[in-house]
Amino acid sequence: METKRSILARFLPRLTSLTQKGPSGWMVVVGAIIVLSLIIMTLISPWISPHDPIEINVGPLISPPSAQFPLGTNHLGQDMLSRILCGGSIMLQVALLSVFICFLIGVPLGLFSSYVGGFFDKVCSLVIDSIYAFPGLVIAIAIAAMLGPGAVNMALSIAVVYIPSYFRIVRSQVLSIKELSYVEAAQSIGARWYTILFRYILPNVVPSIVIVATVNFADAVLTAAGLTFIGLGVTKSIPDWGWDLVDGRALLTSGVWWVVTFPGIMIVLLALGFTLIGEGLSELLNPKLQR
Amino acid sequence: MTLRSYVVTRILLTIPAILLLLSMVFLIMRVLPGDPVALHFEKKATPEAMEAMRRTLGLDKPLLVQYFEYLTGIADINYFIKFGYPNLGKSMQDFSDVGEQIFAAFPATLELAIYSMLVAVGIGILLGVRSSQSYNSPLDHLIRGFGTVTYATPVFLLGMIFQLIFGVYLHWLPIGLRISPRVNPPVGLNIGGVRIATGLYTIDSLLEGNIFKFVESSKCLFLPSLTLGLILCGIFIRLTRTNMLETLRLDFITAAKARGLKKTTVVYGYELRNAFLPILTMMGMQFAILLGGAILTETTFSWPGIGRYIVDRINFRDYTAIQGAIVIFGLLITLVSLVVDILYAYLDPRIRL
Repeated sequence: METKRSILARFLPRLTSLTQKGPSGWMVVVGAIIVLSLIIMTLISPWISPHDPIEINVGPLISPPSAQFPLGTNHLGQDMLSRILCGGSIMLQVALLSVFICFLIGVPLGLFSSYVGGFFDKVCSLVIDSIYAFPGLVIAIAIAAMLGPGAVNMALSIAVVYIPSYFRIVRSQVLSIKELSYVEAAQSIGARWYTILFRYILPNVVPSIVIVATVNFADAVLTAAGLTFIGLGVTKSIPDWGWDLVDGRALLTSGVWWVVTFPGIMIVLLALGFTLIGEGLSELLNPKLQR
Repeated sequence: MTLRSYVVTRILLTIPAILLLLSMVFLIMRVLPGDPVALHFEKKATPEAMEAMRRTLGLDKPLLVQYFEYLTGIADINYFIKFGYPNLGKSMQDFSDVGEQIFAAFPATLELAIYSMLVAVGIGILLGVRSSQSYNSPLDHLIRGFGTVTYATPVFLLGMIFQLIFGVYLHWLPIGLRISPRVNPPVGLNIGGVRIATGLYTIDSLLEGNIFKFVESSKCLFLPSLTLGLILCGIFIRLTRTNMLETLRLDFITAAKARGLKKTTVVYGYELRNAFLPILTMMGMQFAILLGGAILTETTFSWPGIGRYIVDRINFRDYTAIQGAIVIFGLLITLVSLVVDILYAYLDPRIRL
């Protein structure tokens, strides 16, 4: 209990000091609140859902929002509110996993490539740049179509798209950092290359990586939704905002707005939360951009 | 370096880039785990049928041979001259020519891309300028907020909301297709048996002199290009704003104001002109994102372009067709970035140094 209070006590002043830094600080706070509440909502959804999200015919088919079904029901008579509450789980898992894969591959590759330099760096940069120039969604579609459905496959296909962002930011930062005199000092006292890379250089790159990661989260959510929309989604048996949008599209022409709107708002909120954190952080950490 | 030698070097550099691109597509489609033929049949066919399919498509040969045939197929100039499109192999679904199908769908995507880019740049510059003029005011924050929200909105969601409002409820605009099925597509200009057509319905209908078809095709084009343009405009708002704010402080702006020039002349003639180069570069970079967004927009609006073609073929598990479409997308992007780079070098002599 004591530790919990001290963590909170340390965290709260930081939050309030963030909001004193003007709009960028507020962006981070608002974004964090949105993202955290969505994550918490998804986690506790089994206990707060009024109905079983996958049980069909709990209500009339395609009924508009009412007192009994606040967000209406879909074409299978499933309760939309219950589906909305837990529908973020796959998207969040895929986004988290893809960011983790990107981080695991992009960061060490960028560190190593720029530190070693020479031919290795040239080849890496060339390949990475050509992936970077390609439309992300197209690569993700190609890989997801080849690997077949599944959360891990989807995360992998999204990760390939965003590894270049990590690689490029890490590489450009290391290129300038490795010229600094403290790195030279470390080299001259005989520090091993991995010590220099991971202990002396990496900590200075972390702020930029955090910014890339939050923006990457937002993009991963949108890409996952896009993949689901064109039929490369994970599985229809688990409630998912992306699949609900697909179902809603078929009902659109008959004027059914609730099956599309509510999951849509959730996806926008999730992506917006991460975007706000990313934009706010990048303005806080790069004061030059603020003007 | 003169402009000419810059252009020649830049074009020569494109060749390895294209080779790399083609190799990457091959790597993804053929070398990654996942057998296209098995996936195509979803494991429902006999081994013999699958073997026959492999033989027809040449997928039974060693990977290196396949790679070589794939590259020489695309580079086959004679084929290109004869048919007007590169040899991208045969479709797994109907064994028709993938290149032919893609090039039939190409004008639709091009038309959507052009108008979406116009919408994005138009709205982006307008709001970006407005935002920079009232720096740090509520309006500035509102415009920046608008840019952020459009960035976080999935393009197909915005498209569906537009369809719902303007199509289903208000009945103002059609919610799909390039032109109403009751109207024949425009054929373009006919001069003494020679047909001049771009494949872009809005331009072809004007060439034909048919205002009715122009209105019909514009009505169909309006929602898709507005949707895709709005999603892309955020980055142009931000870019215009930052660049305008930077130019705002420069001496020649103060001098122009001191000379008593009209505000609009200073803003659009002096500031925006100076801020335009980065916007041009961004247009080139955004083109890739535009094509990605086009896939989703075309699917939403049943727009018969390459994006829609890819999605249809994904449902058939038609891997040769998907591969061909991706190759075309890649070539398009390489071409656009080449043009933008050359244009940039022409406009800004410092690049050529």
